[in-house]
Amino acid sequence: MTGTLGKDLLGLESLTGEQIRLILDTAEPFKEISERAIKKVPALRGSTIVNLFFENSTRTRISFEFAEKRLSADTVNVSATGSSVSKGETLVDTARNLEAMRIDMVVIRHSASGAAKFLADRIQSNVINAGDGTHEHPTQGLLDILTLRDRFGDLKGRRVCICGDILHSRVARSNIWGLTKLGAEVAVCGPRSLLPNAIDEFGVKIFDRVEEAIEWAEALNVLRLQFERMTAGYIPSAREYNRVFGISRERLDRAQRDILILHPGPMNRGVEIDSDVADGPHSVILDQVTNGVAVRMAVLYLLAGGKPELAEAAKGGSSRRRKEKE
Amino acid sequence: MATKTTTVLDARAVERTLKRMSVEIVELNKGTDDLIVVGIQRRGVQLADRLVKMIEGGEGVTVPQGSLDITLYRDDLQTVGPRPVVGPTYLPWDLDAKHVVIVDDVFINRGGRELPIHADVVGKKVEVGEDERVDVMVAELDERTEVVIVPKSAA
Repeated sequence: MTGTLGKDLLGLESLTGEQIRLILDTAEPFKEISERAIKKVPALRGSTIVNLFFENSTRTRISFEFAEKRLSADTVNVSATGSSVSKGETLVDTARNLEAMRIDMVVIRHSASGAAKFLADRIQSNVINAGDGTHEHPTQGLLDILTLRDRFGDLKGRRVCICGDILHSRVARSNIWGLTKLGAEVAVCGPRSLLPNAIDEFGVKIFDRVEEAIEWAEALNVLRLQFERMTAGYIPSAREYNRVFGISRERLDRAQRDILILHPGPMNRGVEIDSDVADGPHSVILDQVTNGVAVRMAVLYLLAGGKPELAEAAKGGSSRRRKEKE
Repeated sequence: MATKTTTVLDARAVERTLKRMSVEIVELNKGTDDLIVVGIQRRGVQLADRLVKMIEGGEGVTVPQGSLDITLYRDDLQTVGPRPVVGPTYLPWDLDAKHVVIVDDVFINRGGRELPIHADVVGKKVEVGEDERVDVMVAELDERTEVVIVPKSAA
């Protein structure tokens, strides 16, 4: 048993509400570190972390890298292009070779759903899922939830609607599981062609019209249309999508209350979200990015934790040790 | 083998001790100019709070009070069991040329120190056996204020 999260962070579906709260609470003091002139603490000094990105990423990769560096870990970035992966090496072989170099943690992004779990089952290092296919993106879910919690306090009974391309979205799944576990009411809104067939099994409200979603919700998490994952004609055109489902100032103005606007990025401005909404007073899109670093620091800190056999050997030290475990 | 709990300071004695320490701090600093009091999480924060109030009572000046969590700076993080909870750090000032007083709950000088740190202002000096531990309790967190020596095996 390493820490209270277990060995890996693969998704929010397998976590309890208590574990999610532990991560969010741990993220709070980490926010302050990024506000310092010297943004570094030695908590993970000596740990080696490999960022294994088989899919393109800017925000998530940089955010993880900042989190790792601000905790003083040593990091290596591996991307699919320009590595042995492009020569046909399998995922497990890549990871086993890395592990033979004595690493402590792997952050993996992969286009195949389940890739992170596949890896976690086969190597001893801690594995953090940074997005696997259309399955989960737990740290994005956590940073979205942290941003909502910053504004709402307790999430119990708060109404959050996830809008757009639910079908291809790992962010949507992580959000639905995480928010539900913290007691929030969750809805989805989008064209039926972009909702998973089994959406009913998530136990969320479904809105077919974005106007209804806006009337109901206190916060909208607007997802990116993932054109790169669309293998068939899911929507007639981006322009028509904007006209029917786009989040615009006019639509929001009709709502009875101010609605918090989230977007995991990168945005298709003028498609799923209009610029004056994205840059508007109720947008917390950049707060999400800031929180992303703190949440990832918290996850790294919690997973990297104590080896029980060493703790046993270290017993009999100062009284402080006992106190801080409380 | 120590088996029983010994009270070193009761609540009133803690109060008197802190009072004396607050006077010593101001004396050492030759006044309250440039003084900043920083409490170490946890319990050091509550003790710093009391010291600041006492200095205020004696000098009529409220000195800035910060807090610091040292968990992330420990070199034994890999060896402590479940991860300790990290408390907030609050140090919003430029500390250049300031006189910073660090307040720790191990304000008891235990002898047999593990770190090359020497306290300028000491609450009380106690000799503690290998199998004993000093516990500082503050009412804000522990429901009572007291300093006790307990056997290490105690929960």
